[in-house]
Amino acid sequence: MKTASNTFNVTEIRKDFPILSTRVHGKPLVYLDNAATTLKPKSVIDRIRRYYEKECSNVHRGVHYLSELATKHFEATRGKVKEFINASRTEEIIFTRGTTESINIVAQSYGRKFLRKGDDILISAMEHHSNIVPWQMLCEEKGCVLKVIPINDDGELIWPEFEKLLTPKVKFVSIVYISNSLGTVNPVKKIIAAAHRLKIPVLVDGAQAVNHRAIDVQDLDCDFFAFSGHKLFGPTGVGVLYGKFDLLNSLPPVQGGGDMIASVTFEKTTYNVLPHRLEAGTPHIAGVIGLGAAIDYLNTIGMDAIEKHESELLAYGTKTLKAIPKLRLIGTAKEKAAILAFVLPNIHPHDMGTLVDQDGIAIRTGHHCTMPLMLRFNVPATSRASLSFYNTKKELDELAASIKRAQEIFS
Amino acid sequence: MSDPRADLYQEVILEHNKKPRNFKKLEGATHQAEGYNPLCGDHLTVFLKVNPQRVIEDVAFQGSGCAISKASASMMTVALKGKTVQEAEELFEQFHKLVKGDLDPEKEPNKLGRLSIFSQIWHFPARVKCASLSWHAAHGAINKQQSVSTE
Repeated sequence: MKTASNTFNVTEIRKDFPILSTRVHGKPLVYLDNAATTLKPKSVIDRIRRYYEKECSNVHRGVHYLSELATKHFEATRGKVKEFINASRTEEIIFTRGTTESINIVAQSYGRKFLRKGDDILISAMEHHSNIVPWQMLCEEKGCVLKVIPINDDGELIWPEFEKLLTPKVKFVSIVYISNSLGTVNPVKKIIAAAHRLKIPVLVDGAQAVNHRAIDVQDLDCDFFAFSGHKLFGPTGVGVLYGKFDLLNSLPPVQGGGDMIASVTFEKTTYNVLPHRLEAGTPHIAGVIGLGAAIDYLNTIGMDAIEKHESELLAYGTKTLKAIPKLRLIGTAKEKAAILAFVLPNIHPHDMGTLVDQDGIAIRTGHHCTMPLMLRFNVPATSRASLSFYNTKKELDELAASIKRAQEIFS
Repeated sequence: MSDPRADLYQEVILEHNKKPRNFKKLEGATHQAEGYNPLCGDHLTVFLKVNPQRVIEDVAFQGSGCAISKASASMMTVALKGKTVQEAEELFEQFHKLVKGDLDPEKEPNKLGRLSIFSQIWHFPARVKCASLSWHAAHGAINKQQSVSTE
């Protein structure tokens, strides 16, 4: 449930994140690398600590007090995730290690079972390596063909090209919601509707979407949705695979072990029901409970308020960076999230990253795990400032000033 | 006291970045190897012309990369020209130690000369590989490797 307070006060919000009071090279930290990972509010850190201090035990196993307590909180998070992305049943929420594992499970499980030689798998030119490589591996194994929806110079999907590629030969579409390198927000709802007309299932890589906007998987009507806890202000090492119940229920497990079985003999094993069937082994219990705390925290702020603040930051940041002579923004889609990637003609992004770091500013430089996209824009790498709701316009001014100092050094 | 940026991005490095020496494909090269750092996309090729007396007669490089990798490659070509292969390998060892912070050029004997300018780079761990990329490529070329990766 979204029980957001009606006032968004960034100064107050920043106090919730202990790391924001850190100094880097003697300067206050300006954290603009949220697409790599988001910072953690104190409530998440405290919640993880509480699990280890007061609730530590395994889940779904013991009849003892602590195990029941841990199981209760672990499963409560499943309910929180269900509400947060508006799934229809808690069994549709599978805990994984992260987006990468979620996508790999679908490729290895759904892909192996349902895809055949010669089938097309459709992705886009702006996918993260984690939504390219699992499909390539499957193509190699099964003889499927990977097809790529091209993008224009603004970093938007070219719709007529998508329509051309969407033939009855396509048996799966896997598409990123928000590009980590460009910030482009893809029209996933429209893509899903088009694919469903041909009865093609669609996976949405939501790694960069969950922290920027409210997600409603039923409204999107996606068949699978993958995201990571650590990009949602929760801990690393935990993620979610959402799938429509009937689809998930048709998936063979990709990992065997504890928790995922109903009974085991040396002759025959029967599998557990969803969601446990797809969660072999002891899960990242502290991580899952921490993710639950992150969702609780976000619900107190409200994803709509977050989206509004970030869109103001994006507009301001775009204007501020564009004012820097010779700076070229990579990713200028009409529908964008608060991600600003840029290049300068005489300064390699790697040098830029080192130089702004000296001002305490954390940005990402490199190929952002999207090497084909770098080729598309004919750049070896970019510098990327990715924003979150605790960022401020003042921090963007500091970034701009730091970029200008780098330009002076390289002039 | 000083801005660490100034330590890393010294005038010499900036100048070599802007006007890299021996930045070309070397016709008649006897050895060549690619250096690639997949983390940041730095990608360069080092060419060597070694004569029968095992002297490096000519050396050049091509490619793209950050200021540190380009300047380091440029300065390496200047340093290696006229050296024997054995001297080049010794220099490679010393440079490698230098950028990892295992050699203090002011206290320990070395033949680094102007290359000691990279002595501060170990303060920037993510950048050590930028400085050593061309050296790894040259070392690989001498030892008949066609490509080296520094990730």
